[in-house]
Amino acid sequence: MDVLVTQIFNGLSGGSILLLAALGLALTFGQMGVINMAHGEFIMAGAYTAYVTQNVLGSAGLSLVVSLPIAFAVGGVLGVVLEATLLRRMYHRPLDTLLVTWGVSLVLQQLARDVFGTAGVDVPAPGWLSGPVELLGFSFPRTRLFILLLAVAAFVALAAALRYTALGRRIRATVQNRPLAETSGISTRATDRLTFFIGSGLAGVAGVALTLMGSISPNLGTSYIVDAFLVVVVGGIGQIRGAVIAAFLLGVAQSWIEYSTTASIAKVLVFALIVAFLQVRPQGIFTVRTRSLA
Amino acid sequence: MTTSRSRRAIRAAALLTAGLMLSACGARVDAAGSGGPAAAPSCVDTSGNEIKIGFLNSRSGTMAISENTVFDSLSLAAEQINAAGGVLGKQLSVVAEDGASEPTIFAEKAQKLIRSDCVAAVFGGWTSSSRKAMLPVFESNNSLLFYPVQYEGLESSKNIFYTGATTNQQIIPALDYLKEQGVTSLFLVGSDYVFPQTANKIIKAYAAANGIEVKGEEYAPLGHTDFATIVAKVRDAGAGAVFNTLNGDSNVAFFKEYKNLGLTPAAMPVISVSIAEEEVGGIGVDNIVGQPVAWNYYQTIDTPTNQQFVEAFKAKYGATRVTSDPMEAAYASLFLWKGMVEKAGSFDVAAVQAAAGGVSYDAPEGTVTVNGENHHIAKTALIGKIGADGLIHTEWSSGAPIEPDPYLTTYPWASGLAS
Repeated sequence: MDVLVTQIFNGLSGGSILLLAALGLALTFGQMGVINMAHGEFIMAGAYTAYVTQNVLGSAGLSLVVSLPIAFAVGGVLGVVLEATLLRRMYHRPLDTLLVTWGVSLVLQQLARDVFGTAGVDVPAPGWLSGPVELLGFSFPRTRLFILLLAVAAFVALAAALRYTALGRRIRATVQNRPLAETSGISTRATDRLTFFIGSGLAGVAGVALTLMGSISPNLGTSYIVDAFLVVVVGGIGQIRGAVIAAFLLGVAQSWIEYSTTASIAKVLVFALIVAFLQVRPQGIFTVRTRSLA
Repeated sequence: MTTSRSRRAIRAAALLTAGLMLSACGARVDAAGSGGPAAAPSCVDTSGNEIKIGFLNSRSGTMAISENTVFDSLSLAAEQINAAGGVLGKQLSVVAEDGASEPTIFAEKAQKLIRSDCVAAVFGGWTSSSRKAMLPVFESNNSLLFYPVQYEGLESSKNIFYTGATTNQQIIPALDYLKEQGVTSLFLVGSDYVFPQTANKIIKAYAAANGIEVKGEEYAPLGHTDFATIVAKVRDAGAGAVFNTLNGDSNVAFFKEYKNLGLTPAAMPVISVSIAEEEVGGIGVDNIVGQPVAWNYYQTIDTPTNQQFVEAFKAKYGATRVTSDPMEAAYASLFLWKGMVEKAGSFDVAAVQAAAGGVSYDAPEGTVTVNGENHHIAKTALIGKIGADGLIHTEWSSGAPIEPDPYLTTYPWASGLAS
């Protein structure tokens, strides 16, 4: 019973980290068919934003809260710059975007190395997040609870924005049928740009969350980009709720297999499961319903 | 249309992830040309008033973060030796090459340094895979490599001088220390590659012979960042101490998780063998303060020789820089080579090898002496604790230098490990 609760919590917690890393990607990948390899570096930029914010403000508690919106803006601006300078020239050419953003990710990593140095840096967690919290006889790390709540909040905010705002309607229309959306008077270019801002901004938020978990170094992004793409592919391209289900499924699967075997075997088995799943359902858990003539 | 586009995107993403995974696994190719024919005649030029030596470190790639520091201390040593008149009256002329964190590139660059640059000796390497890739190159060309990092032992070559610790100078003293502290059970956590696996084999043999129970053994892939499950297993096993052989960034995630779960060094210490002064800041002093580490050198060693070394290093590279064990072992290696050459009265490899045994140097860590049989160095083992200042303070010392025993032949319980 102990193990059951602990491992389910660890799985959900791992899933929430995956979700934060993948949520923005699910949006941009789905909307524009752009494979953004630099998404990981936007996460890294968010993490370094938290580091800089804390150095400027000094207080760990305040800076964590303040750095969330700042990191969202930093990630968002990086995304818009990337979109406006490079990506808008190569929509519908996913392989080209892959190569270009791969190059951008290398440039951003080197930039981080030059600015912050090759050694990792640390963002101390605020006092109210240190140590475990006791609930019903189990102890849960506060940082992981915080990340879980943050991931849920990010998802709820994004889902609400997509469902209830005018921008959200324009995004959904563009995802479902770009030419028709355009003929209906939607500026898909402006929509794309805003989508990229939000998606990349979410990467920045993920970066802040990751400072509570692991190392903040120039190669932070490379640790998460593969997992983020896996979540998006398994969830179904362009599917926010698919990403949620995929992230938590993968998180729980990883933690369960890891508990009864080892971390290395768990990684391999989760990969094997994904490959098997994509054989049966290549479009992922959910798929975009469209009336367009494919 | 959308569907076919997403299919394409799916395929692209799948290709991409596969490629990424492959590249993340890194090159595991061994260098070609092992055990070749008799050595080619040496092309080392000793006629002028300069002698060439090679520095071969990863200046780029994932190991650059560690190996650049070794390059810095090697450069300092060369500068100091030149300022003091050089070796046998000749100034050192350094040829620096980048091993780029790839074993195959280490092998190629070693070949280049020996054959085209005609260096008298090469200093560098860090990972065991880079050393294993270079070993046949140095043997077939009959040249010399000075390797500065602690490693898993079970190796010796007449062409390599190992100036970092072998297992009986770091891991076994760490176990002796734990035993003295009354630890009766251990949990082993390591990265999934050669050093931790070999180290844990030795630890398990030691534990079996010394009545210590090993309560669990977990390996995480290199670069693993989610330690929730592993730390939960550690907590539930309730061992007296954790022996940590994780490498790189994984340490950050591990120690953050350890603290998050409320585990403390007082309740269950984690002794580490690859966390030095530079890594402490990145892990976060708060997350690791009070935890023990095992090495042979700390920046805080209070001797005039070390103070001079630390001051010279900070003067050259900046007051915020710290010195660490591999940097010190690399620094010492250049002076040891100088000692061997001067004892031999020649730069000739065979003469240096013959003269090597017994050469000693008053290093920042204390006096180190070359063992002529296995080309390792007698070193003093030190257990330190990480202080709130981010530096490591000596807590326990073996007292005297420990003779290197890479094959652990003098430990009855270790028989069978080397085979």
